[in-house]
Amino acid sequence: MLELSNVNAGYGAFQALFGLSMRVEAGEAVAVIGANGAGKTTLLRVISGLVPARGGEMTMEGRDLRLTPAHRIVEAGIAHVPESRRLFPRLSVEDNLRMGAFVPAARAKFAERLEYVYALFPRLKERRQQLAGTMSGGEQQMCAIGRALMSGPKLVLLDEPSMGLAPVIVAQVFDLVKRIRSEGYTVLIVEQNVAQVLKVADRAYLLEVGRIKASGRAGDLAASDEIRKAYMGL
Amino acid sequence: MDCHLDIFFLEALLNGLLLAGLLALLALGLNLVFGVIDVVWICYAELVMVGMYGVHYAYKGGLPFIVAAALGIVLVAVAAGLLHVLVIRPVLETAPINQLLVTGGVLFFLQAAATMAFGVEFKNIGISLGSLNVLDMSFSRARILSFVVALVGMLALWLFLTRTYMGTAIRAIAQDRQIMPLMGVDSRRIYLVTSAIGGGLAGLAAGLMVLNYDIYPQIGLQFGPLIFMICVLGGLGSMIGGFVAAFVISQFIAVGSSCFHTEWGYAVAFLFFMIAIFFRPQGLFGAKS
Ligand SMILES: Nc1ncnc2c1ncn2[C@@H]1O[C@H](COP(=O)(O)OP(=O)(O)OP(=O)(O)O)[C@@H](O)[C@H]1O
Ligand SMILES: [Mg+2]
Repeated sequence: MLELSNVNAGYGAFQALFGLSMRVEAGEAVAVIGANGAGKTTLLRVISGLVPARGGEMTMEGRDLRLTPAHRIVEAGIAHVPESRRLFPRLSVEDNLRMGAFVPAARAKFAERLEYVYALFPRLKERRQQLAGTMSGGEQQMCAIGRALMSGPKLVLLDEPSMGLAPVIVAQVFDLVKRIRSEGYTVLIVEQNVAQVLKVADRAYLLEVGRIKASGRAGDLAASDEIRKAYMGL
Repeated sequence: MDCHLDIFFLEALLNGLLLAGLLALLALGLNLVFGVIDVVWICYAELVMVGMYGVHYAYKGGLPFIVAAALGIVLVAVAAGLLHVLVIRPVLETAPINQLLVTGGVLFFLQAAATMAFGVEFKNIGISLGSLNVLDMSFSRARILSFVVALVGMLALWLFLTRTYMGTAIRAIAQDRQIMPLMGVDSRRIYLVTSAIGGGLAGLAAGLMVLNYDIYPQIGLQFGPLIFMICVLGGLGSMIGGFVAAFVISQFIAVGSSCFHTEWGYAVAFLFFMIAIFFRPQGLFGAKS
């Protein structure tokens, strides 16, 4: 479904990703793990066009993403739940969801998808008129995921959905990830919560200072001594 | 000082109220553009002036007034769109002072162009709606009409901003610019639409102003500073703030004019502004920076 080969990217003179190659197949949940500053967020930004790829190839179902302007990537079937959620704090929950359905194809299905998202997250329905910025962290994460689903994506990019949440809520967030997985969405998830994310993912990539250091089945990576020591504190 | 709680004082208050509608409409366009694009159109009042000439000549050319006024809205909306694309967009990513200076340059350009094209004399559109007399008070019908139309215009904008995708995006973009592409939104398009709407509001105001005031190339200088003061008092970028501030300021002008002398109305309003901004630098409804 999504394929990257030899992608470079950076900010100004600084290079953050070096010759990165990876793929995500339809129906999979793929995790990207790595330390702070490894380039995980940059990778997702490159995929959704917020940061331009400087070399290499990047396709979504055969469509060349490098030739697609950032605001057209949504129409390729990719929705990005950004790091720290980035809701519109002074818009209501429902207006945030409306923004997720901004593209014309999604507008036509707004009512149907709104009902779907509210069924998935009944809490959002109760809070529909509340300003998004006044909700709890866990509720905001639901809203951010709901907003992404409003565009009717095939692939959902999740950037550290558990960040800044209490342990109980973190468990709930991983349940959410499992839920959207079972709803048939393909998921590419970035996490520092390595032990937990490897339980929900099929495969994973380990990113170190902008390069892929290891990749494989999530279970295998979770069993590797190196990863257990460096990323799971075991 | 000659200030009595008599019928003339009440008349002044009510006239102030009527004036406030027009001022609030004028402040709204500027605030919308600032809140969304983060650019202050120094030449805003001159856009209104262009609209006034447009309505004037369209009417004198034989069009019904309502059509001329509608054309004025379109004219200023297009002018504002061009202003954004040709003047502001090229310097949007640079220091804010550049945006101030380029729109300041447009101010002088528009004044000079209007002087050359239309001459320096005052022009009156020649429509008199007369006045409405209640008890011993007299109110200009043009002012009443302006008040009502301004309120309707503001209500229409509010409905647009809260009920449509484009309006929601306009509110959203001011809160988080970077992630707009993730929503499938082309920010450049939102800025262009916002500029055109800001211009459209100025054009609507222009159509109302020709009924109340004579037109001349420097007319922007007469009310421009007042509009900026209202926006800053309300909290630059706050549309509700601008609305409230317009009513506050126009009452100061009305009462100041009634108690002292017409010229003093503006001075009293500015004095109040200076005191208010000293205690609340971010404006009545502005967020603390
Ligand atoms: N806007 C930016 N401008 C310049 N450098 C940046 C920018 N964003 C990120 N970087 C740099 O790029 C590198 C990768 O950052 P990135 O945010 O992708 O890391 P990350 O793996 O997501 O880290 P974290 O786990 O802390 O979120 C870092 O060295 C960072 O300092
Ligand atoms: Mg990150």
